[in-house]
Amino acid sequence: MTVAARPLSSVRLPGLAFLLVVASAAVMAVLVLMPLFVVFHDAFSKGLGKYIASIREPDALAAMRLTLLVAGIAVPLNALFGISAAWCIAKFEFRGKSALLTLIDLPFSMSPVVSGLVWVLLFGAQGWFGTWLIDHDVKIIFSTTGLVLATILVTFPFVARELIPLMQDQGADEESAALTLGAGGLTTFWKITLPNIRWALLYGVLLCNARAMGEFGAVSVVSGHIRGLTTTLPLHVEVLYNDYDFVGAFAAASLLASLGLVTLVLKTALEWRHAGELSANRRH
Amino acid sequence: MNFQPTVDTNAKSPLSLEISGISKSFGRFPALNNVSLQARDKEFLALLGPSGSGKTTLLRVLAGLERPDAGEVRFAGEDFLALPVRRRRVGMVFQHYALFRHMTVAQNVAFGLKVRPRSERPSKSEIDDRVADLLSLVQLEDLGKRFPAQLSGGQRQRVALARALAIEPRMLLLDEPFGALDAQVRRDLRRWLRDLHDRAGVTTVFVTHDQEEALDLADRVAILKGGELKQLGAPNEVYENPADPFIYDFLGAACRLPGVVAGGRLTVADWEIKAPKDSPQGPVEVYFRPDEVSFAPADGSGLAGEVKAVAARGPDVRIECLIEGRLFELEANGPTVPAGVAPGLALRIKPLRPKVYASSQPI
Repeated sequence: MTVAARPLSSVRLPGLAFLLVVASAAVMAVLVLMPLFVVFHDAFSKGLGKYIASIREPDALAAMRLTLLVAGIAVPLNALFGISAAWCIAKFEFRGKSALLTLIDLPFSMSPVVSGLVWVLLFGAQGWFGTWLIDHDVKIIFSTTGLVLATILVTFPFVARELIPLMQDQGADEESAALTLGAGGLTTFWKITLPNIRWALLYGVLLCNARAMGEFGAVSVVSGHIRGLTTTLPLHVEVLYNDYDFVGAFAAASLLASLGLVTLVLKTALEWRHAGELSANRRH
Repeated sequence: MNFQPTVDTNAKSPLSLEISGISKSFGRFPALNNVSLQARDKEFLALLGPSGSGKTTLLRVLAGLERPDAGEVRFAGEDFLALPVRRRRVGMVFQHYALFRHMTVAQNVAFGLKVRPRSERPSKSEIDDRVADLLSLVQLEDLGKRFPAQLSGGQRQRVALARALAIEPRMLLLDEPFGALDAQVRRDLRRWLRDLHDRAGVTTVFVTHDQEEALDLADRVAILKGGELKQLGAPNEVYENPADPFIYDFLGAACRLPGVVAGGRLTVADWEIKAPKDSPQGPVEVYFRPDEVSFAPADGSGLAGEVKAVAARGPDVRIECLIEGRLFELEANGPTVPAGVAPGLALRIKPLRPKVYASSQPI
């Protein structure tokens, strides 16, 4: 009883717990901070001039453009899918709801390689629709389309997972109220639903984007690694590394690391400013 | 208990709401089963029932938020079910108010006017005037710029009401309007809401599980149980003549004893009286209210009882009595308190208005 009654501020960590905290901080430093340091260190190891040169190299620029393009298509689509899925699941009762929920989670539990491979099995030269696609001169595998499909599949859960708990928590009462007050479905969505989920949506989009730009496994399978054509930034890093172009590889990697850092800052800012409007059960 | 007198003029005013044969089930759970009732123009109708009785479902059917599986709803002669929610012009106040959390109080109230199609939409200044009027009607003039999260429960409820009234509703629907408020605020708002209804002159249907609230506020009370309409009538009618033991129990504290009706006489233990009219024959359950009894000395007439405990609460005295082997908590008031009442005293208890139900009826 006395322990429970003690105010929280006066609780001090016992010796063992203190040691554990120090140990985990040390592990974090070695596993997280050091690689980050190494990335930037090696990227600048031959000087700033070489760094800039390897970033402005045509293949590198093409990889950046492709990464932005793929994310630019996949993220908005997944935001749209995510909102629709969350809307259906949170605001309506229907048969097969839990099946749909499980399905949304599938990309999280599946290896990204599989997410890439399914497209090859469907649309590759030997795939189900391979012959038909070749006959009609449609290229999906080893092209931007394939990269977009693979990215969409891998990043599908981010927005939906962020929105579902929040929208379930908010319920459908505000929407019902808007309807009784004479608003149409679309007005209700724009004026009531969307403002209520805006920060959570932004949060989901942020995580979705980080993953979309950084995805390696799934896109690696469908890309074919055609330099300057189908290599996204993460694939570009691999290609350069395999060529022993370490400065080039680490320079490209430093861009991805920077993207990660920016994402982290924005994510933290959102969590700090709008914690109440994000999903209550998230906080990983 | 404080009864609202039945408003006689209502009997002459035309029917506005006609509900007939409404059924609705969720999956295999039947929420409403063949419910029919009518409300007159400007009537204040309470839907009273325990949770799961279907009262909120019925309200949502009226609002258009649920589609019934069968039945018909007419309002002022018009087929209401054919109208989508937003064309019904019903002002609905939700149990938890459902205020738009990202809008100020004034924006909440203005919402229904702002979303009107351009041709019917009042001008910006007209909307502002309406909002100001409504906020003063609900006594929240100074809170227009606040957000819902910054208001108390009672204030939120009034915002919800102002928002519902903004669209000049043809009917007002209130779902447990006082459910989330504490007792004192509840009592204040109750009278205020009744006044508001009388001034606004709009047919109002409200859902509650609180019998006192329903009896106090409504012109008529519809009692629902298990998705069926069990009784419909003015508060005093319903209170004095509950249709079945369930309603008797639901409307207030009840005492129950087994008895027998034969040859126009009701016998409970060694007490015999003329059976109330319309009593069923044979074994019965006799119901009476613990505060509707008189006491007599042990050699008088009535049910033989023994006082077990006495507790005074202000002018009321609570007397625990053992009658026929059952313990009852009876209430006496001032002059009706028997002389020399103390634990151990034997006396006679006479229920003043016993109600008799056939004993086969399950409670």
